[in-house]
Amino acid sequence: MSSIIKGKAFVLGDDIDTDQIIPAEYLVYRPDDAEESKNYGRYALSGVPSAKSGLPAGNIPFVAEDGCESDYRIIVAGKNFGCGSSREHAPFALQKAGVQAVVATSYARIFYRNVIDGGFLTPFESKMDISIRIKTGDVVEIDFNQFKLFNRTTQEEYSLIPLGEVAAIVQAGGLFEYARINKMV
Amino acid sequence: MTITEKILAKHAGKIKVEPGENIWVDVDILLTHDVCGPPTFAIFKQQFGIDAKVWDPEKVVIIPDHYIFTSDPCAKRNVEILRDFVSEQNLPHFYDVGAEMYKGVCHVALPEEGFALPGQVLFGTDSHTSTAGAFGEFATGIGNTDAAFILGTGKLWVKVPETMKFIIDGEIPSYVMAKDIILKIIGDIGVDGAAYRTMEFAGSGVEAMDMESRMTLTNMVIEAGGKNGIIEPDETTFAYLTKRTQRSYEPVTEDKNARFHSVTRYTSEQLLPMVAKPHSPGNTAPARELRKTKLNRAYIGSCTGGKLSDFYAAARILKGREVTIATYTVPATTEVSAGLKSTRIDEQSLWEIFENTGCKIGPPSCAACLGGPADTFGRLNQAEVCISTTNRNFPGRMGSKQSQVYLASPYTVAASALTGQITDPEDYL
Ligand code: SF4
Repeated sequence: MSSIIKGKAFVLGDDIDTDQIIPAEYLVYRPDDAEESKNYGRYALSGVPSAKSGLPAGNIPFVAEDGCESDYRIIVAGKNFGCGSSREHAPFALQKAGVQAVVATSYARIFYRNVIDGGFLTPFESKMDISIRIKTGDVVEIDFNQFKLFNRTTQEEYSLIPLGEVAAIVQAGGLFEYARINKMV
Repeated sequence: MTITEKILAKHAGKIKVEPGENIWVDVDILLTHDVCGPPTFAIFKQQFGIDAKVWDPEKVVIIPDHYIFTSDPCAKRNVEILRDFVSEQNLPHFYDVGAEMYKGVCHVALPEEGFALPGQVLFGTDSHTSTAGAFGEFATGIGNTDAAFILGTGKLWVKVPETMKFIIDGEIPSYVMAKDIILKIIGDIGVDGAAYRTMEFAGSGVEAMDMESRMTLTNMVIEAGGKNGIIEPDETTFAYLTKRTQRSYEPVTEDKNARFHSVTRYTSEQLLPMVAKPHSPGNTAPARELRKTKLNRAYIGSCTGGKLSDFYAAARILKGREVTIATYTVPATTEVSAGLKSTRIDEQSLWEIFENTGCKIGPPSCAACLGGPADTFGRLNQAEVCISTTNRNFPGRMGSKQSQVYLASPYTVAASALTGQITDPEDYL
């Protein structure tokens, strides 16, 4: 895993639930089918009310119409990101859309577990709520070793919280990889 | 140790565990359904091999319930995938659509079928798996990767949660239901107020509740971010189980010196009919403060508010009157549905009461609780304003992003269906 992720940020508010990340009506597609699973990228974050999609301006689609991938690589959000249902389709949809990291002030636990055990992307927690300081479209860079987020557009810098005990699973790339390394399966 | 800590310690083969510790536990039951079963099975095969066998067929319970009565071809295919996996793996506990065994909403069906047992560890690919905590077991929701891991190994890692204890003291007013109490708590602590923690419910108010009311409390802990909800098993629990299962279990009780993250007490004067306004279960207010809020849809159903006692409560208010807005009722399971016909208030069955008051009755399943395909019974397809006994009112949760959902108890929903605006049920009881 590279220690730097760089890309355009897509900014969301607090309590982004899994119905907003991937609305229930799309859960019928097969994630294990290459063609069909593109729909998860297509509809990622399509449940977010328009006014709150891409803050602070809002009304910014996360995925362009007819597209299956997003221009935004990093999601910046407030507290309780991923609350609601246990659908692993949610982190999967973000991954299919091309998201590599989420930076939020806190996560709902099932989503957090799913992101880590499924190895979909890296969930960082920010020390302060940076969703009110970063604008959608800003180019940001996350340094895994220093646990810092740099906003290249405004030249500001923010601290992230180290991953703690789950770092081993994140580094392995997911629960199964971790279990294999540790000879559990 | 708390109940949750004791169950987890036992299942990890440890004498003692501390909150914050990561441990591996043995799993008693894995529950899955039609939405998350198929991707779970795909990961299972990918990881353990195409000929892999599940760790213990007796411990896998598959209850399709989400997208059942729809013509959506992808949804139907999901049920086919369940069938193939069940026959390939010889799984005995499958409640297939269209079969005599078909049940409906998994969290209500699971205890009905005797799979929610004190002292056990239950994981399910659905966030409301927490419901079974009403039986004094550790029950929580997980994703597909975790479920696939369990299918192959019978184990999973968990972080031992801290426990927040909620004590409901004294007699609960006759017009207040368990739903009002959990909405009140979520409103007080916020939608992430119990994040990563256990919510334990105790006190004389909880002891006086039947199992279905207790299930309403533990069902919605996830709406406060809770990992699991739990209630110490007692005579009410054992009486329910004796009628339903021969399976053995070992109840776990709390140690006297158990330590809690916090202990919060509620007394009867604090309990009122509550409503959660759009678009968050934590956005609560007493029903009486929202009088005059206009509605054009009412919905009674789901794992939270679609049990027989929920319908009984609604029927008490509706009987002899007429609804003034479109009112959809969906029994959670086939057993609840049968109960509507066999349970009477005076001379009328509940079923007749719903029909006579102008309600539409749908087949047992999750139906519009989570929106679902466009042809789903009761789905909010436009800018409807709905009052519902379900558990979530996120934007677009019950269908259209234009719709608005108010969450309330069956009493409040029934009273509001009569008037077309949010109504405090106290006036009707
Ligand atoms: S009834 Fe609603 S909340 Fe309950 S399992 Fe079904 S979709 Fe989920």
